Amino acid sequence: MGEPNLVAMSGFVIFIALSLVITWFAARRTHSTKDFYAAGGSVTALQNGLALAGDYMSAASFLGIAGLVALSGFDGLIYSIGFLVGWPVVVCLIAEPLRHLGRFTFSDVVAFRLRQAPVRVASAAGSLAVIAFYLIAQMVGAGNLIRLLFGLDYEVAVAIVGVVMLAYVLFGGMIATTWVQIVKAVLLLSGAFMLAAMVLARFSFNPLALFAAAAEQYGPAVLAPGRLVSDPVDAISLGLALMFGTAGLPHILMRFYTVPDGRTARVSVAYATAIIGIFYLLTFILGFGAMVLVGQDAIRGVDAGGNMAAPLLAEVVGGQAFLGFIAAVAFATILAVVAGLTLAGAAALSHDIYVNVFRHGHATEKEQLLVARYATIVLALISIGLGIVFKGQNVAYMVGLAFAIAASANFPALILSMFWKPFTTRGAQASILFGTVATLALIYLSPTIQVDLLKHTTAYFPYRNPGLFTIPLSFIIGIIVSLAAPEPAAAAGFAKLEQQIHFGAPDEDAS
Amino acid sequence: MSDSAARLVTLSAARWRLSIILTAAMALIYVAFILLIAFNKQLLGTVLVPGLSLGILLGVLVIVSAWALIMIYVRWTNANYDVALADIRRAHREGR
Repeated sequence: MGEPNLVAMSGFVIFIALSLVITWFAARRTHSTKDFYAAGGSVTALQNGLALAGDYMSAASFLGIAGLVALSGFDGLIYSIGFLVGWPVVVCLIAEPLRHLGRFTFSDVVAFRLRQAPVRVASAAGSLAVIAFYLIAQMVGAGNLIRLLFGLDYEVAVAIVGVVMLAYVLFGGMIATTWVQIVKAVLLLSGAFMLAAMVLARFSFNPLALFAAAAEQYGPAVLAPGRLVSDPVDAISLGLALMFGTAGLPHILMRFYTVPDGRTARVSVAYATAIIGIFYLLTFILGFGAMVLVGQDAIRGVDAGGNMAAPLLAEVVGGQAFLGFIAAVAFATILAVVAGLTLAGAAALSHDIYVNVFRHGHATEKEQLLVARYATIVLALISIGLGIVFKGQNVAYMVGLAFAIAASANFPALILSMFWKPFTTRGAQASILFGTVATLALIYLSPTIQVDLLKHTTAYFPYRNPGLFTIPLSFIIGIIVSLAAPEPAAAAGFAKLEQQIHFGAPDEDAS
Repeated sequence: MSDSAARLVTLSAARWRLSIILTAAMALIYVAFILLIAFNKQLLGTVLVPGLSLGILLGVLVIVSAWALIMIYVRWTNANYDVALADIRRAHREGR
């Protein structure tokens, strides 16, 4: 480990070459804003399912969860499960209405019947906060991973990710990003399958024999809950953030605009959840496999957080060549997720802020595309910068933060705007801004920052995850502010919204 | 209120009812799982057969239940909601 690996290097180069070819084809098809942000609305259900899964299965899932399971057994599984339970919420409450009410961003939905400019500024801010923390996590993960796997400098690795991702988004927009996501999802899933199969081959293809071996070697405690969930309030708080955060992630929500209709949006979530669920079940096997076959001490020896458990396992069961393949897959994973995030950020900056706030919705296609591309360049530079500044941060914690903000800032406003007639512009602003600020403040006051990072003995706020408090409060604040000052125009628009939730926008009525 | 508008209101209510039931079911299942983890670690550590603890079994079942809930929603909307919606749309056009 840590030595430049020829197979890893060539796998990595092949993936980049392939993805740039995809980008080249995609660039020739990208003419309008609808192509750039929504891949022309022509993605099929299975394709979108794979792309959603690709966006969701980040390096944190693959490397982080395998590592957590390898080091702490059952406790790691709690994360696998938490990341999946948000999807029923997405399909039942969000996917179809979103597709029918908006065009490019989830702000389209929140602003549907409210005053455009103030709502879009607030919801773009909520989006960008989520994207920033998610991006930091991916960039830091990428830098560390590439340093370990390829022996490149951290900063060089971060810059490579930034530049390659920039090429996808800048030239190929959503079409390229979607296809890179699909290729990556297939690679990641087949890599995880191969690795799991090679592990299980040593246990006569019986997962229980593997778990039993782990229990024998490390004691039965590895199959039982341990220290991770010690405080039930904290555990439920994290659980709520994971569950409702998925339905507030801008880069996930944006994918529903790439499909032709509500039915395809709905079916694509079923595909995505099947793929993601299988993938997380595989992480059970990879984690316990690494625990038994690599050994906890060896995993800790390479990286204290356990992030290298899966690559180490690949080396043990498949040798250098397979290690190289898994390394390349992990890198592709990060690259694709970063591209998806950047595109969502560019949409917030350009479609929400520039076009709808500064130009009041009156910008030519050409101008919109130009601004979207400038926004992409700016975001790529920012993400490279953030990656370098936040070097050494805990990746899983940053992702948790992103989910907490998504659940507290974006989710309540989205739900209230679609289901609650008296919702007003001021209510939306208050709910989103409160959700963002309160989440950030409570996390700053939590033991994670105060005790772990600043080395104080106590924290001002006792819980690590604020979701249990901030999610309901965001709803309540949105409701109180709306009731305090009714907005007749917003209430009047509700009938049209209800109509369009079911039938879609009149101008793209297909059937 | 025209007939098709009234039917849309009924259909819409039926879909939201299902959505909310399924979302609540997922939340209940997941919160129950977390509470078990928090309050009864011993129980979840019970080994059912060698290698399989109750915790792992329930964890897999939570994932399977998420699949099941999504399948219920997708099957119902594909089979009933879409058809009823197409019906209302047709009636609306003819009425116009």
